[in-house]
Amino acid sequence: MGFWNQVGHFYADHSQLLLHEVGSQVLLSLAAVAAAVVIALPVGVLTGHLHRWSFVAISGGNALRALPTLAIIAVGIGVYGLGFVNIWVAMIILAVPLILTNTYTAVDGVNPALVEAARGMGMNAWQIIWRVELPNSVPLIMAGIRTATVYVIATAYLAAFAGSPGTLGDIIGNEGSYTLAGVMAAAIVAVVLAFLAELLLGLAQGMMTPRGLRLTADGVPGRAYRRAFRLNFE
Amino acid sequence: MSALAAAAPTPTPPPGGGPVIPNFGGGACPSHTTFCWNWVTQNWGPELGPRLAEHVYITLIAVGIGLVISLAAAMYAYQRGWFERGFIALSTLLYTIPAVAFFLFFVPITGLSLTTIEIGLVGYTFLLLFRNALTGLRSVPPEVTAAAAGVGMTPRQVFFRINVPLAVPSIMAGLRIATVTTISLATIAAYITPLGLGEPIFTALHTVFTTELIAAGVLAILLALVADGLLVLAQRAVTPWARARLRGAR
Repeated sequence: MGFWNQVGHFYADHSQLLLHEVGSQVLLSLAAVAAAVVIALPVGVLTGHLHRWSFVAISGGNALRALPTLAIIAVGIGVYGLGFVNIWVAMIILAVPLILTNTYTAVDGVNPALVEAARGMGMNAWQIIWRVELPNSVPLIMAGIRTATVYVIATAYLAAFAGSPGTLGDIIGNEGSYTLAGVMAAAIVAVVLAFLAELLLGLAQGMMTPRGLRLTADGVPGRAYRRAFRLNFE
Repeated sequence: MSALAAAAPTPTPPPGGGPVIPNFGGGACPSHTTFCWNWVTQNWGPELGPRLAEHVYITLIAVGIGLVISLAAAMYAYQRGWFERGFIALSTLLYTIPAVAFFLFFVPITGLSLTTIEIGLVGYTFLLLFRNALTGLRSVPPEVTAAAAGVGMTPRQVFFRINVPLAVPSIMAGLRIATVTTISLATIAAYITPLGLGEPIFTALHTVFTTELIAAGVLAILLALVADGLLVLAQRAVTPWARARLRGAR
């Protein structure tokens, strides 16, 4: 029986297990990215809005990005033990720098003329952040969340080593029981999962981007531009 | 130790600390302590130091080979959009493969060797290095290349004397991320071939001997931070003019 035949049989024989593990891996990833957004977004928006303390976002982000995930898991076992919290923290640390750096870069780079105009209209700081800077930063912030999600989904299988069973890592990290064909089958599922996440978040990004930005995003005023033009001015 | 034994399953480590605390030659270590400095001093010479050195050379080999291939590919892709798209698609695909699986696939071909993990690690550097190198080559303003052509440079001279030097800041930024990423993935590579700081981590995972886990983990973290810092310094030394422009570059 050829190798790929075995891979095919693995899908047939273990579909329940794979489905369950995909579910856990997605839930773990969502929990980590959500927590990372809660941590990184306010810091990025604040430093970007104030145009100060950029080192918090830039250097802090770079330092966090350097941390090896397995090392965080290992140290975490010593400090807060095995289990879900361990892999959750490791995945949050993986996701935070990507979201933080992008958020800071986006908000910091919002056209100063727009901010000045908003201030001239009498908006206060919160209104400027909420109604000018954040909408203008959506593409870059979403790009950061997207990259972070893909990284986290592709790395979450390490949960098997953090004592948090249930993810595809149970198969990938257990060649002895599931054979190389099983590992291949699970790895393919993990890759497909990462690409699906990229695709779905790309669509979400398109929907969340304000129309005015979407028009200029590709630089070419196309059909959407003309349609919007009529919509706004006729 | 047999690397096969390392790859063999320990289904799930016992939750909540686990009862098995072997005595790893740390004579004065009580079994219940989270971290025991004595063990570290006693095992620096025979275990931790050599593992750290291995980790450094595993990383250097992978980043070196990855850089050469990525630079050559970026130069080739500079004028050829199809090659750029193909290489980006391939390296993105490689990048999303779970590292443990990626390393395992080469075991039937190259065995439980350094070669196996270097193939995987080099594969993971492509996306970061290639994209940055190509972005750098393409970032040269057209009026600069036009001026170079105007003073009589041949297209080849324009490329190697204008585009390539001006791409250095972007290449350095990519090198920095690729290096810390490789250090991170090299810890996982020890699951296949017992080399580097991942080896003590995986050994201790089976036993939940927290001193060894913390010591090896902290060493790997320090190594990554030091490498990152050194590359920042190198970046500044090579491109004193580009410091401002590189802020926030990924």
